[in-house]
Amino acid sequence: MKKSILSLLLFALMFQVSAQLPKIKLKDVKGNSVDVSQISNNGKPIIISFWATWCKPCKAELNTIADEFDDWVDETGVKLIAISIDDARSASRVEPYINAMGWEYTVLMDPNGNMKRAMNVNNVPHTFLLDGNGKIVWDHNNYSPGDEHELYEEVVKYAK
Amino acid sequence: MKKVFSLGLILSLISTYVSQSDSEPGYVSGNVQAIGQYYQEDTLINAALPNHLYGFNGFTNINFQKGDFRAGIRYETYLNTLEGYPTSFSGTGIGYRYLTWNKDNVEVTVGSFYDQLSSGMILRAYEERQLGIDNAIDGLRLKYNPYKGIYLKSFIGKQRHVFADGLVNGNGIIRAIDAELNVNELFDSLNNSKLKVQLGGSFVSKFNNDNNTPDFILPSNVGASSARLNMRYHKWRFGGEFVHKINDPYPDNQNERFNYLYKNGEGLLFNLGYSTKGFAVDFSAKHMDNMLWRSTNVSVGPTDLLIGFLPALTKQHTYNLAATLYPYATNPRGEVSYQADLIYKIPKKTLLGGKYGTTISLNFATSYVPKRDFIDDQLTSRNSYTTQYFSRSDSILYQDINIEIKRKINKKLKFNINYFNFIFEDRAVLVAQHHELIHAQIAVLDLTYKISREHSLRFELQGLWTKWATPDQGDTQIISTGETVQRKQDQGDWAFAQIEYTFSPHWYVAVLDQYNYGNTEPKKQLHYALASAGYINGSHRFSLQYGKQRAGVFCVGGVCRAVPASNGLTFTFTSSF
Repeated sequence: MKKSILSLLLFALMFQVSAQLPKIKLKDVKGNSVDVSQISNNGKPIIISFWATWCKPCKAELNTIADEFDDWVDETGVKLIAISIDDARSASRVEPYINAMGWEYTVLMDPNGNMKRAMNVNNVPHTFLLDGNGKIVWDHNNYSPGDEHELYEEVVKYAK
Repeated sequence: MKKVFSLGLILSLISTYVSQSDSEPGYVSGNVQAIGQYYQEDTLINAALPNHLYGFNGFTNINFQKGDFRAGIRYETYLNTLEGYPTSFSGTGIGYRYLTWNKDNVEVTVGSFYDQLSSGMILRAYEERQLGIDNAIDGLRLKYNPYKGIYLKSFIGKQRHVFADGLVNGNGIIRAIDAELNVNELFDSLNNSKLKVQLGGSFVSKFNNDNNTPDFILPSNVGASSARLNMRYHKWRFGGEFVHKINDPYPDNQNERFNYLYKNGEGLLFNLGYSTKGFAVDFSAKHMDNMLWRSTNVSVGPTDLLIGFLPALTKQHTYNLAATLYPYATNPRGEVSYQADLIYKIPKKTLLGGKYGTTISLNFATSYVPKRDFIDDQLTSRNSYTTQYFSRSDSILYQDINIEIKRKINKKLKFNINYFNFIFEDRAVLVAQHHELIHAQIAVLDLTYKISREHSLRFELQGLWTKWATPDQGDTQIISTGETVQRKQDQGDWAFAQIEYTFSPHWYVAVLDQYNYGNTEPKKQLHYALASAGYINGSHRFSLQYGKQRAGVFCVGGVCRAVPASNGLTFTFTSSF
């Protein structure tokens, strides 16, 4: 058993440890299929944020960013994709919530955690930043008030 | 040996694949989650104290991706498993491994996979790690997208049951097919239509002959089918789903009326909503009867080998007292439930809305036992009763009325006020301390004060009050002093206070206390104090927690697990790469 783990680790070292978006199909809130690996933003950065309607820090983070999002887009051209991990019980709450809050994000549904698993997310909120080439360059697992400043500084850095 | 072999096989397959296509680079990623808890004796709160004193659950995922190919394993460690977690999880080994590739609209998965058909009532293989639920299917899955707007899926496999130094599957076999049609994707002329229509249907069957009772002949093959329709027009949307399951008898030692029923099961779920910027209303209704659906007909743990997922039509609460004392989980025997939601954002810069706007959310949810007309057919067809769609009895299972008001006062101060009114029938759920119909009210005040750009303080105050017991519930109680006093329902009243200090982006410290000041029994008027601190750096997160944890019910997605009281030190580490 130990040998096999060791060989797995050695095997892992043979490859670049730098993830990009997995080839997974998700649906948006309107039911349209979206191939996640095809998401792009004309060479500008993309924020990917995993959230759920039952997760208070997630909503705090996305609502805080929503207040300033117009400025973020004007200054950096950034795009935000919010991936909801709400399951069958709460998935129907997603669309009313995002519309009522007036979020201008692309919201995708991951009701059975396929995307969550593929991106190695343990718990929400977990926010990733992708550079213009679709490479994950920054991520943060948690949200405390003020974390949005660090995220924005990173966005500015990769928007150039 | 078998596991080592399968891992070796995966690796050699990957290597072969990789050497064949060197054009794209491969990526390795993964994550780890480790939770350790050291248990201390605390007879006052009746804290769990296992012989091994230290519990540990660890999960490590390693995923590999190269072009159209993905593969991965999850290494799991339960040494010994944490208290409250299923004891059928023990040892250390590989609990999940898969290979998948995706080419020309075909996706093939070999090994372990999770899947969900529609809302999951007919089938949902999923992982809810915090609850110890993992019913991954181990087998083969094929997805095919033959034409734009047409999605086909089929799979076969066994379900994960327990973990003993590795994955142990149940005996039952599951076979499933699913088809979905997106009408707007199918016809180019409808791509931009305001009317959107999606249709779908599934058929799932299971085979098992686990349970050979001398008294009954059980069906070895049981099939279930479902149909669904989703429509939207402009700002309106409608969803409907119907599931039908043929007779699938389970033992029930508690109630002869439900013991080995040869009755068909059925589920109906509707959702209607309207939403626009700043305003949303949503209404859901559910009728469900006899929809317990497992890949075995033997008595197993409550969350073991479940094929179907029965969503509870209630809001999932996050404030401690509202989330863990009287949370609702679907009654698998059947229920008629309704839920209504309203969200309104009072615009900013108005008299009522204030400078930043105010958000009001209202939620109402209720659940009843279906009206059952019992028939005396125990010796013949054993259907036991008949029901009619959406016809409910007078027996309430649950009611929850809650309101949330959220407002930002200025750049520094934000508040959130909540009120909850619960009716909870614990004779059906058996999770509270007293199995009775409980009425409880909860109020919550949550304040966030931003000291500076990086420093914030958060205060949370909560109170829970139960009703005085009625004479038919036994309204008096003899307490430890020998007096006879008026009794409050269940454990009586609770107070909760928490202060949290965060230093973005790396640190947090929090202290909380829960006080059961209103327990009828003075000896049980206890404090449960807990301190925690954490350090976060990117995707790494390390936290420590010390103190007493109250016994409660922990729920995720409408599925609940009872957690025993404990006292001690807990550490958690999560990281991903």
